[in-house]
Amino acid sequence: MSLEQQMLTALVVDFPFEWNYIRSIVRVSLYVSLTAVALSTLLSLPVALLVGFKEFRGKTLLTSIINTGMGFPSVVVGLVVLFAVSNQGPLGSFDLVFTTEAMILSQIVLAAPVITGVSLAAVSSVEQNVRDAAYAMGGTNLDVALVTIKEARYGIATAVLAGFGRAISEVGSVLIVGGNIASSDGTSVTRTITTAIQLEARQGRFETAMILGAILVVLVLLVNAIVVRLGSGGGRYG
Amino acid sequence: MTIQRREFLSVLGGGVAVGLAGCTGADDSDGPEISGETLTLTTTTSTYDTGLLDELNAPFEDRYGVTVDAVAQGTGAALRTARDGDSDVVMVHARSLEDEFMEEGYGVNRRDLMFNDFVIVGESDDPADVEGEDDAAAAFEAIAEAEATFVSRGDESGTHTKELEIWDETGLTVEEFGEWYLDGGGGMGETLNTANLDGGYTLVDRGTFLDMRDEIDLELLVEGPVEGGSEMLMNPYGIVAVNPAVHDNVNYDLAMAYIGYITSLEGQEIIEEYRSNDEQLFFAEALSEDPNFRQYLPEGWERSSDD
Repeated sequence: MSLEQQMLTALVVDFPFEWNYIRSIVRVSLYVSLTAVALSTLLSLPVALLVGFKEFRGKTLLTSIINTGMGFPSVVVGLVVLFAVSNQGPLGSFDLVFTTEAMILSQIVLAAPVITGVSLAAVSSVEQNVRDAAYAMGGTNLDVALVTIKEARYGIATAVLAGFGRAISEVGSVLIVGGNIASSDGTSVTRTITTAIQLEARQGRFETAMILGAILVVLVLLVNAIVVRLGSGGGRYG
Repeated sequence: MTIQRREFLSVLGGGVAVGLAGCTGADDSDGPEISGETLTLTTTTSTYDTGLLDELNAPFEDRYGVTVDAVAQGTGAALRTARDGDSDVVMVHARSLEDEFMEEGYGVNRRDLMFNDFVIVGESDDPADVEGEDDAAAAFEAIAEAEATFVSRGDESGTHTKELEIWDETGLTVEEFGEWYLDGGGGMGETLNTANLDGGYTLVDRGTFLDMRDEIDLELLVEGPVEGGSEMLMNPYGIVAVNPAVHDNVNYDLAMAYIGYITSLEGQEIIEEYRSNDEQLFFAEALSEDPNFRQYLPEGWERSSDD
């Protein structure tokens, strides 16, 4: 028996959860956080480029607001999103309370400022003469933006990873808007790894909570490895 | 006028029913209308964490082909979610808060469901000497007298509500308590852990205490009614449907089907037979050959409807 097999067997024997349970909470965690980060990135990059390139009144103020957003307490974001999606709120007719969609919404609010703020720093540090050169060679605004993104890609990858880290590790907002629901056969509906950890800890089962914590760390590690590889574009590191 | 409106509604309802019957009759390949729907149940951590709900919900889901989304919150939060129309049915354990919920028109068709009890636990050296006390209020008074550490849930949960009712009975004012009275500000498990670490007393539901007994050094000092102790420590659970006239989006049919199931012979048997670590945690209360009709009404309802 190989070492790997032995480790796997030890894990299976001592494992306090059903595989279906683990698989489904990992799936919900990844689905919610990856979707939220993807949408946040689409939202944040144009804002970062725009704010980074243009000089305008109130630029410092706007940058401060974005940076403040990085520190929003997740519980408060959860409450605000809950008010919005609640039956009584402006999005009430969509029936989003206790759904993964509501969780995605709240994680967008959490991740977008982080991605915008860190990307903005990366974009701002791209030398002015790189952009000037792109203009001089007859590039359109889009070309200049693409060149800037290419130059700032490590910073932007870091921004996306920071946003992902914020999203997948937060427990406050997904607990409030998602409700930490698992069906009676143990399949997660809106339960993520973090809310499952919270549930275990609430019941004094600290050891099983730690096992879930380890799974979360491994997942984040994997996603980081993949993004770094993509970010390097098979170039310097590849 | 009211009567006319009711008649109108009943005629309208009849018409709709006939119309629906026609629709469903024409296409008999479909399952029942209710199938595939989702019932949102907000409840307390004690029913959820003990695993009872999974046992109860699986047969219901099978029978109706529906999904039950159970959201475990404190009693206060569970009722708030229902007030906002974000859940269809509520299962909680604080009769006074349930009554308020009903009186304000948010809930209809409340049923007594089951009960267990609270116990008072503390360190074995028992500085306030409450062991064996059969009156919960007297035990609380002794703790206050001795200024022995007491850890409160402090979170508007059913347990916290019960604790405040007992302090009320002693005539003491919680706000005037000194440093010996701690606000745990967390779930039952966390509060027990705090009481364990600080060597204090606390009020806890028997189920959670039995569940965690092996991990803490606290001892059961004052018994509740399940073991013949203080009646005041009774912990009754009720189930209430959210009023569809207040929130027209709620799944009232399914909520009533759920209440019907959970108070049926089958549902009550599951509650009665449920064991955690070989201990019975909940005692079924919905069925009786001599039904208590008052259970449907908030306490003191007659008086308020007379004036």
